[in-house]
Amino acid sequence: MEDAIVLKYQVIDGEFQRAGEVSSDVKHKLKQMGVPANIVRKVAIAMYEGEVNMVIHANGGEITVEITPEQIKMILADVGPGIPDVEKAMTAGFSTASDATRNLGFGAGMGLPNMKKNTDSLDIETLLGEGTTITMIVKL
Amino acid sequence: MTVKDLIDKNWYKVINEGDETEREIGKVFCCDLLSIAMGKAPADCAWVTVMGNINTLAVATLADAAVVILAENAQLDANAASKAAQQGVTVLATEMPIFDAALQIYRALNA
Repeated sequence: MEDAIVLKYQVIDGEFQRAGEVSSDVKHKLKQMGVPANIVRKVAIAMYEGEVNMVIHANGGEITVEITPEQIKMILADVGPGIPDVEKAMTAGFSTASDATRNLGFGAGMGLPNMKKNTDSLDIETLLGEGTTITMIVKL
Repeated sequence: MTVKDLIDKNWYKVINEGDETEREIGKVFCCDLLSIAMGKAPADCAWVTVMGNINTLAVATLADAAVVILAENAQLDANAASKAAQQGVTVLATEMPIFDAALQIYRALNA
């Protein structure tokens, strides 16, 4: 990992107006590094879903992105309520988003499925009342 | 058909002319749920929607949509308008229903 480029970001709770800023910045940087467009798009989509989930459900948190010549690893760590039933949360269409969130166009229950679809690996560590850490990898 | 070609047809009001108007439009895509749009919108699409909030702009940018068309006279709020300008996203608007606007673009793409 000695040649990894590491980016760190804070995601702020409830900041719908700013949701997507981290993903946009990472996308911009990956493009500048010459990462292929299809890979950049996958990373941007997976990260945005994770970022929005942190805003909607998890009181914000921290995103770390590690870029090596082999892969892009995204670690999304929050101290939110945790996910009671991961299998259910992974089901397309299942959502616990509020009506206010749905009115903004979110809450279709596609967040985690989109993250899985756009990454080569997705790992969820969650503890009720403690928080959730999601690690996603997109291979280059 | 490029984004500029679509603008030049004068079918739609130009809310924001973005940075990449020479981009070729691939497909037409219709959806108002952002998470579905995020997962399903093809890169380079013309995305027709009635959602005019700031998150629409984020999804358009991250999913690589070529242009956003707001149907049913949907408006961009002030934050979204400023985001569109900042991110260089082309946003057009029309009073037409989503289906009609999408069909019009589809026909132009397949003429």
